Amino acid sequence: MSTSASRVSRAAEARVSRRSRRRLPAAWRSPLAVIGLVIAAVWFLAAILAPWIAPYDPLAQSLPRLTPPGEASIMGTDALGRDVFSRLLHGARVTIPLAGMLVACAMVLGTVIGAVAGYVGGWVDEVLGRLTDLFMAFPTVILAMVIAASLGPSLYNAVLAGIVVTWPMYARVTRSLVLSLRSQNYVIASRLLGYSPWRSLGTDILPNMLGPVLVLASLEVGTAILLLTGLSFLGLGAQPPTAEWGSMISGAMQNIDSWWLGVFPGLAILTVVMAFNFIGDSLRDVLDPLSSAERQGAGAAAPPASAQDEGADPVSALTSEISEQEAPR
Amino acid sequence: MNELLKVEDLVVRYGGMTAVDGMSMSIRAGEVLALVGESGCGKSSTARAVVGMERPAEGTVLFRGTAVPPLGLRRRRTEFTAIQMVFQDPNSSLNPRKRVGEQIADGVRAAQARGLNSARPDSWLEAVGLQPEMTTRYPHQFSGGQRQRIAIARALAAKPDLIVADEPISALDASSQASVAAMMRRLCLEAGAGMLFISHDLSVVRLMADRVMVMYRGSVVESGPTPLVWSEPVHPYTEALLGAIPHPDGRGVLPAAPAAEAPEEWASTLPEALSRQVETR
Amino acid sequence: MTTMLTLENLTVELGPKDARRQVVRGVSLNLQAGRIQGLAGESGSGKTVTAMAVLGLLPASARVTGSARLGEVDLTSLRPRELNRIRGRRVAMVFQDPSASLHPQITIGAQLTDHLRHHLGLKRKAAQRQAMELLARVKVPHPQEALSRFPHQFSGGQRQRIAIAIALACDPEVLLADEPTTALDVTVQAGILHLLRELVDERDLAVLLVTHDLGVMSAVADDVAVMRDGRVVESGTRAQMFTDPQHPYTRQLLEAMPDAQESEVL
Ligand SMILES: Nc1ncnc2c1ncn2[C@@H]1O[C@H](COP(=O)(O)OP(=O)(O)OP(=O)(O)O)[C@@H](O)[C@H]1O
Ligand SMILES: Nc1ncnc2c1ncn2[C@@H]1O[C@H](COP(=O)(O)OP(=O)(O)OP(=O)(O)O)[C@@H](O)[C@H]1O
Ligand SMILES: [Mg+2]
Ligand SMILES: [Mg+2]
Repeated sequence: MSTSASRVSRAAEARVSRRSRRRLPAAWRSPLAVIGLVIAAVWFLAAILAPWIAPYDPLAQSLPRLTPPGEASIMGTDALGRDVFSRLLHGARVTIPLAGMLVACAMVLGTVIGAVAGYVGGWVDEVLGRLTDLFMAFPTVILAMVIAASLGPSLYNAVLAGIVVTWPMYARVTRSLVLSLRSQNYVIASRLLGYSPWRSLGTDILPNMLGPVLVLASLEVGTAILLLTGLSFLGLGAQPPTAEWGSMISGAMQNIDSWWLGVFPGLAILTVVMAFNFIGDSLRDVLDPLSSAERQGAGAAAPPASAQDEGADPVSALTSEISEQEAPR
Repeated sequence: MNELLKVEDLVVRYGGMTAVDGMSMSIRAGEVLALVGESGCGKSSTARAVVGMERPAEGTVLFRGTAVPPLGLRRRRTEFTAIQMVFQDPNSSLNPRKRVGEQIADGVRAAQARGLNSARPDSWLEAVGLQPEMTTRYPHQFSGGQRQRIAIARALAAKPDLIVADEPISALDASSQASVAAMMRRLCLEAGAGMLFISHDLSVVRLMADRVMVMYRGSVVESGPTPLVWSEPVHPYTEALLGAIPHPDGRGVLPAAPAAEAPEEWASTLPEALSRQVETR
Repeated sequence: MTTMLTLENLTVELGPKDARRQVVRGVSLNLQAGRIQGLAGESGSGKTVTAMAVLGLLPASARVTGSARLGEVDLTSLRPRELNRIRGRRVAMVFQDPSASLHPQITIGAQLTDHLRHHLGLKRKAAQRQAMELLARVKVPHPQEALSRFPHQFSGGQRQRIAIAIALACDPEVLLADEPTTALDVTVQAGILHLLRELVDERDLAVLLVTHDLGVMSAVADDVAVMRDGRVVESGTRAQMFTDPQHPYTRQLLEAMPDAQESEVL
């Protein structure tokens, strides 16, 4: 089916869904959502409790080197005699909060830029649009590498690079949401009542597009983790001896026979990324409960669009935007 | 003369398409002017130009002698919040994430900003025939007709001097239609406000409006006092409009449908059909 | 005369858990092939909710009991996927708010042709031709150019006609039309009513026509039901309804009609 067809059907579905906004719990019952939430919760706990549950100091080079997983250290030790399990736990303290920060900053920056571009229009939109396009023209990872390298390798610069390369996505989504919302009659009605444009942006437009943007953000946490660990792997992020998953894997490359060095951090990354993707997907389903199962079903017309609709349908705009964005990855 | 709104030679274009082609009108305080006409003839476009949503390609829109500024990036000056609009599409005219009470309160605040008193939101809800305790509900919890009434309540709560009402009661059942129409008209007359009442429903227009303008393809083809236009239409299009009203007689007679191609004479200009007056002599 | 859709004791509860309300209380209706069942009633009486319950379009929190049988299947017990196959194909709906069924960012042409291709498996060219015919049928001016326009570029009444066109696109067996002509002027409305009558007579379409306009009701409905407060308070043939109303509310409705004959101004 053509993309626009599925977009149409999702649009329609989205409309139905928007009524279900107040019933978060129902949509969280899907198994994937539960798995995602459980994994994420485990990692959050691990990150918070790392200092207490880690058996060793992550930096102490006190154990025999390159011992395979066994009783003394359940995930083995690395070439400097550090406990992999302890480093893994402490790594969660580094990567997860930074990825969260990256996503939050990129979201705020992108949303503000996109909202201004969409709302003000005219040359402002033109300029901001060009800027967004400029950033999106480069492959994300390569651009991030270039920026991180030129700022000098450090974790914070990696985060900065991540923000620089990911905000345009939020800007684009936000802009199109704002464009379709700002011509809604209720926005005009509040302008006619004497609201300033900024106030109507804040009370009429932003609350109605927050959902979609949050879905995008939660899907992006996984990407951000991949980006940060990737940069660290390349030596552009975390610097030794910091316990960080990407640099742990990169250390593992020198001892390719010691499988445990790479496999465990790899699994850590995999599970976290997966968990956030599941959460993001479920969040989207909360806003749009039919979308995953019924993507093909509804046609343009008869479908779930409804008189109960709550106005525009930022969710569908989002879902289409997201699917476009996801394509290249 | 107490002229509230004066529109002169208004032209509204969308790209190359001319939706409103040189229409003029004026509304006095305490007067209801109805705009009727074919679907797509430019009624809503006129309304949007009047409130400043659409920038006129040509012509002027004056409210109390001052040009109505387009809704741009500036906050609307307080004196122009005396112009309120009820939109044709009741669904998108309410913010889905705001309780309806708060939305009506926005209207109340606009009135207060102009130094006027306005009743509390719950009594406005009552005025349009809904229960006062519904203020805490969200728009999606209402039926189509109820939403339309909430939008009317919000506009009226702002105590406007000029109400532009685009099909405000078309989603209502006959009895609520009659009562809401009566209420709008009463409030309008009491407050000395003017109303531009857009509708395709001639039977309602006849009850509501002092004067009526019939539009066809972007221009006014007939205008004059409602009873006169109703009883003695001059223009062929007006005649056709009146002839196509279905009668609730239970006989199952389909109203005459116009031929596939609209007759040419509908688009003709009859000077004697414009600005008709009741002959007094 | 075959019965296409049977609503039996349909009841709908809506609202959040703590404030659940019955908005439809045991509605029973029969839609016959080749007949138009009119449904009138007070604003907020549950007409729209009834129609939406049939197609499973209510929010997930809604509790629907009773049945809506299309032939042998009870639509209220179908799963979303199965319902989707019926919606738009066998049972189509025209929504009270026409813009609800149109995606704001996709051209009318794309929406119509996608719909046709998806449900009827038409080829691109054929779908396009058919889309144009449909638009012409509901009297959208310049159908060719209209295909490339977006919903907001049409007037309210034009959007409503486009929504009707989409609903009729797949030649459904049952049409649920919720106030399909509210945004139309009387001449265009007359055209749509003729079209409806024609489809009903020629293709044995079964129609549920929700309207508060008793003039429209009297013109096309074969049977009429009147709802109030979630219940059908009166139902019968058109002639009975208009000439010999039993329920006081029906009488009140008929009286409230701003009749074309009386002439006093409010
Ligand atoms: N944004 C737009 N871009 C292009 N054309 C438009 C736009 N808005 C309206 N039109 C066209 O302008 C014409 C007049 O539209 P308008 O909405 O004023 O009609 P109307 O008289 O209100 O009709 P209705 O009774 O159906 O609401 C229509 O033919 C419509 O297709
Ligand atoms: N999601 C909801 N939650 C709670 N109440 C609702 C919800 N949707 C509708 N209602 C209520 O259900 C009742 C019936 O609504 P419905 O939309 O069916 O009315 P209707 O007969 O179509 O009226 P109208 O002619 O005004 O469109 C109304 O009182 C409305 O307030
Ligand atoms: Mg209009
Ligand atoms: Mg309804």
